[in-house]
Amino acid sequence: MTELLTLAASTATGLPLGITEGGSWLLRNAWLIPFLPGLSFVGILFFGKRMPRGGSELGVAFVGLAFVLSLLTAAAWIDHRDNFEGEEVHRAVAVAVAEHGGESAEGHADEGESAEGHVPGHPSLGVHNTVTWFEMNDVAFTVGTLVDGPAVMMLVVVTLVSLLVHVYSTEYVAGDRRYTHFFAFLSLFSASMLLLVVSENTLQLLVSWELVGVCSFVLIGHWWEEKPNSDAALKAFLTNRVGDIGLIIGVAILFFTVGSALPGQFGSFSIAETNALAGTGQLSHTALVVASCCLMAAVMSKSGQFLLHTWLPDAMAGPTPVSALIHAATMVVAGVFMIARMYGVFFEGFSIGGSSINLMALIGGITTLIGACLAFVQRDIKKVLAYSTISQLGYMVMALGVGAWTAALFHLFTHAFFKACLFLGAGSAAHAVHSFDMKSDMGGLRKVMPHTYRTFVIGSIALAGLPPLAGFWSKDEIFVGTGGWGLFGGTGGNGAYTFMLVMGVTTAALTAAYMTRCVYLTFFGEFRGHGTPHESGPRIVVPLWILAGLAIVAGFGNLPKGLPLVPESLQERFGHFVEPVASYFPGISHGTPSWSLATASTLVVLSGIAVAGWYYFVKVEAASKAAGESLTELPDGLTTKYPLARMGHTFLVQKYYLDHLYTDVIAGGTKGPVAAAAYKIDQDVIDGVVNAAGENAVKAGNLVYHRFDQLVVDGIVNNSGRASSGAGGELRKIQTGKVQDYAAILFASAMVLAGVLIVIV
Amino acid sequence: MLLNQFLLLAAALFAIGVYGVLARRNGVLVLMSIELILNAVNINLVAFSAVRETVDGEIFALFIIAVAAAEVGVGLAMVLLLYRNRRSIDLTEIDLLRG
Repeated sequence: MTELLTLAASTATGLPLGITEGGSWLLRNAWLIPFLPGLSFVGILFFGKRMPRGGSELGVAFVGLAFVLSLLTAAAWIDHRDNFEGEEVHRAVAVAVAEHGGESAEGHADEGESAEGHVPGHPSLGVHNTVTWFEMNDVAFTVGTLVDGPAVMMLVVVTLVSLLVHVYSTEYVAGDRRYTHFFAFLSLFSASMLLLVVSENTLQLLVSWELVGVCSFVLIGHWWEEKPNSDAALKAFLTNRVGDIGLIIGVAILFFTVGSALPGQFGSFSIAETNALAGTGQLSHTALVVASCCLMAAVMSKSGQFLLHTWLPDAMAGPTPVSALIHAATMVVAGVFMIARMYGVFFEGFSIGGSSINLMALIGGITTLIGACLAFVQRDIKKVLAYSTISQLGYMVMALGVGAWTAALFHLFTHAFFKACLFLGAGSAAHAVHSFDMKSDMGGLRKVMPHTYRTFVIGSIALAGLPPLAGFWSKDEIFVGTGGWGLFGGTGGNGAYTFMLVMGVTTAALTAAYMTRCVYLTFFGEFRGHGTPHESGPRIVVPLWILAGLAIVAGFGNLPKGLPLVPESLQERFGHFVEPVASYFPGISHGTPSWSLATASTLVVLSGIAVAGWYYFVKVEAASKAAGESLTELPDGLTTKYPLARMGHTFLVQKYYLDHLYTDVIAGGTKGPVAAAAYKIDQDVIDGVVNAAGENAVKAGNLVYHRFDQLVVDGIVNNSGRASSGAGGELRKIQTGKVQDYAAILFASAMVLAGVLIVIV
Repeated sequence: MLLNQFLLLAAALFAIGVYGVLARRNGVLVLMSIELILNAVNINLVAFSAVRETVDGEIFALFIIAVAAAEVGVGLAMVLLLYRNRRSIDLTEIDLLRG
C-alpha cells in the first residue's frame, strides 16, 4: 500500500500534500536522468582527450540515454496519472483539494465548472523521493525528486533539445581547440537544468540554479581569447548574480515563513509544503508578497525579463549550439519553470486570481513588447532571435502572471522546439558564410541551403503563430488565459487582464513582421558575402528537420476544448497530464477558447507579415533591381526623412540605453550625460507610426510609443553620478591592494564587534 | 581541569599569529602565522571538548587540520608562483588591486 504524505511534523491540519512515495520505479528514480549527463561530464573531463572523438561520443551517448529514460518516464507518468492504484489516496487528496480550492479561491464561483477537465476524485499525485542530507536543530535537510506533470514535461524537452544540440555540435565545433572541454560543459549544463527540474526543495533548486549560471558563464565565454566574448560571459554571470540574491533572500523568507506555520518545526524548504501552506492561507500574506517579489527578481535575471534582460543578447557571443541550448531548454526557461513550480506562492503573493494587473503580468507584458521592438533593428541574425526569445519569455511570464499556468508551460514546450530550430538554422547559415551579419554577409541563401531555408521558414511561421503550427496554439491559449476579452466574448480566466491581452496581440504583429524581415535578409535577395556558401552536413541538417517537424506538430498536444472534428480524448492532453491537481497547486480557473479571438490574432499576425512582406519583397526588391545591387533597406526610408523616426531608431539601436544606465551610471557613476532612458508615450510618435505603416513597417516598429527624454532625466543622472563618484573617491583610499591592510581592517572590525558583544551581553 | 590555562595559551598563540599576519612582510612567514591562528582555535576546540566530555570538538579539530594542510598547500604554491614571476615574496609589494 502506498503511503500518503502529509505536512511535516505534528501539523494540526494533516493536509495531504497530493504527493506519494509510491508509483513506478521510473518515477521514483528520476534522479537518474540528471545523473547520467552529470556522469558524462565527469567522464569527458577525465577521459575525453584520450577518446577517438574527443569525448563527444560520451556526451551524445549519455544524453541520448537520458532522453530515452525521460521518454519512458513520461510514459510511466501518463500511466500513473490515470491509473495509479491508491484509491483511498486519491480520495483523501481530492477532498483536500476541494476544501482548499473552496478556501483560497474566493471570487472563483465558477471553479467547479471551469475546472471540469480535472475530475475531482482523480487528482495528479506527484511522486516524491527524498533522502536526508543532514539534520540541524531537528530540521531535516533533504535532497530528492518531486516528479509530476511539469517536471516530466521539462525532462523530455531538455533531454531532447540537449541531445540534438550535442549531435549538431559534433559538426559545428569540429576542430575547435577546446572541443572536449566544450562537450564536458554541455553535459554539465544539461545535468544542472535536469536537476533543477526535478528538485524537491528550494535549497536544491537554488544549487542547481547556480550550477546552470556557472555553466552558461563557461559556455558563453567558450572563445574567451576575444575580449567581447569574455566580457559577454562576465556580463551574463554578473547580471544573474543580481537576481540570484533575490532568489536566496526569497528562499530564506519562505523557509522561515513555512516554519512559523508548522508547529514544532524550525522551517522547511519543501516546495510541496510551501505551496500547500501558501494555498491554504496559513502563511502571512506580507511574507508571501515579499518572497514573490524577491523570487521575481531572480526570474527577471535568469529569464531575461525587462530591466535585467540585457545580458541575453550579449550571450550570443557563445557558440551557436550553446545559444540554442540556453534559449530553448536549459537556461532562460529556468526562471519560468521556477514560477511554475512555486506557483502556490506566486498565486497568493501577487493575488493573481480576480485581479486585473500585477507585477508579474506587467513585467512579462513590457518584456514581450520591448523585446519585439528591439528585434527590428538588429543586423546580427542571432540577436534577432535573442530578442525574440526575450519577447517570447515575456509571453510565458505574462501568462503565468495572469493565471494561465498551462498556457505558459505549453508555450514553453512549443517555443523550445521552434526556437531551437531557428537557432540551429541560424547557426547553419552562419557556418556557411562565416558571419552572423545579415545585412553585409547573408542574403540569397535559399538557393544554396535549401534544407536550412525550409526549416528556418517553418520555425519562423511557428514563432509568428500562424495556424496550424505549434506557436499558434500556445499563443492563442495565452490570449485566452488573460481573460481580458470583453471585446471577444467568452468567459473564464482568473481575472480581467485586458491590458495584457492588448500587449500580447501587439507583440504578435511585431513578431510576424520581424521574422519576415529576418527571413528576407537571410535567404532572399542576392548573396552579399564572400566565398561560396554550401549546405551543412547531415549532423546539422537532421536535427534541424527533427525540430522543424516538432515545430509543426507540437501544437496538437493541447488542442483547445470544444474544437470540432477532434475527439474529446485528444483535447487538452497537455493540460491534463502536465497541470498538477493537488493541494500543492493553486486552484486556478481555465478560460474557454474563443473563435473570434483566435481569428483576430491570426489576422493580426497576417497583417504583420503582409506589411513587412510588402516592404521587403516588393519595395526593397524593386529598389534593389533599380540600384543593381542587393539592398537591405530603402535608401530613402523613414529614418532618413523624419528626425523623430531617426531618434526612435537610435533609441532602439542603443537598446533603450539600458546598458549605458547599468555600466555608466550605476556601475561607473561618472559618465552621466547620455546614460539614462525615460519612457514617454508620445502622440506624435503614434501618429508617425500610422502614416509610416504603409511606407516603412520596419522603422515603424522603432518608434512605437517611446521617446528618450534627455532633459528631465539628466539632472537626476548627473547628481546621482556625482554622488556615487564622490563616495567612490573616498572609499578607494582604503583599497590599498595590500592584503595585510585588509587583514588589519578585518581584525580591527572583529575586535570592535567582539567589544560590542561583550558590552551588550 | 584547568580550562583557563588552555584558553590563555590559545589566546596567546592567536595573538602571536595575528601579529605575524599583520606585521611580517615575508609571504611564507604570514602563512605560518595563519597556521598559528588555526592551531589556537584547535586548542580551544579540544580543550572545550575535553571539559564537556564529548568528541565533537576533537572531530572539528581534525577537520581543521586537514583543511589547514590543504590551505597551506595552495598558499605555498601561490608564494612559489609569486616568486617565479616577481623574484620576491614581499607582500607589501603586491598591490595590483589598489583602488
